[in-house]
Amino acid sequence: MIELDEVDRKILRALAQDATQSAGALGRRFGLSQPATWRRIRRLEQAGVIKGRRLRLNAEALGFGVTVFLGVKLGRKGQISLEDFERAVSAIPEVQTVEHVLGLYDYRLRVVARDLADFERVLRRRIMTLPGAGDVEANVLLSEERLPGPIG
Amino acid sequence: MLDDIDRRILRIFQAEPSLTTAELAERCRISAGVCWRRIEKMQAAGIIEGQEAVIDWAALGYAVEVSLRITLDKTQPRAFDEFTEAARDVSEVIEIQTFLGRVDVRLSVLARDMTHYQQVYRDRILTLPHIADIEALMHIARVKRDEVLPV
Repeated sequence: MIELDEVDRKILRALAQDATQSAGALGRRFGLSQPATWRRIRRLEQAGVIKGRRLRLNAEALGFGVTVFLGVKLGRKGQISLEDFERAVSAIPEVQTVEHVLGLYDYRLRVVARDLADFERVLRRRIMTLPGAGDVEANVLLSEERLPGPIG
Repeated sequence: MLDDIDRRILRIFQAEPSLTTAELAERCRISAGVCWRRIEKMQAAGIIEGQEAVIDWAALGYAVEVSLRITLDKTQPRAFDEFTEAARDVSEVIEIQTFLGRVDVRLSVLARDMTHYQQVYRDRILTLPHIADIEALMHIARVKRDEVLPV
């Protein structure tokens, strides 16, 4: 496992906020040369700590006014192939994330929709018809904040 | 309003955020100048907010991720504000979401292992104000994680 020092944590935190910053710009901010900064970023990438980039889009500006988290319980356990369920649920474009969890539910889904009527359509036509889907609980997202986590 | 070219740019850019503007233009079969102007316009309109590095917490030794679904004591008028304010100070919390539904707030909590989780749970989470009930979901696997919007 990779050990991070204070500067690594600062770089990681800065890149998690804005991944387009150059090694030169980050170096100036943290008092390092451009090559030294570049080597640190490369080390973080090679260790798999930075595993890619994500484009941050404003869902609301794109017409997606509603985000709903669904807890899904599988019915008739043992008779359903998890792979079949996972493949089918992952293929639904409105489903942004699928997490396999342990607890009250089997899967946790993040679903976007234009409005509540559109969400109902997705729920009825696409989610409830999934192979093995049983009980479903919906919670409408009101606000969301991401924190820097243990590198902060 | 977005047209087909904008949507094509967003689709391809979401799938591969590391592409340069020139590479992105080539994939979209438009000129680099057009591509650059479209992206500028979508940034100015607040549609493209930015790009972030995705951190793999497991690679940093955080093997445990737990989703805590919390019901708050709503007889306290400032329950939401005081709870979220205090939750922000817990460094193992990486996400705070509030909901309309059976659950009020959800926290994503990281820990190195179960011993560490138990310690964070007891010392930092259970001491947060106005909690009426907590349910935990332990993450086993992320099946789909790209958070792509179906534009």
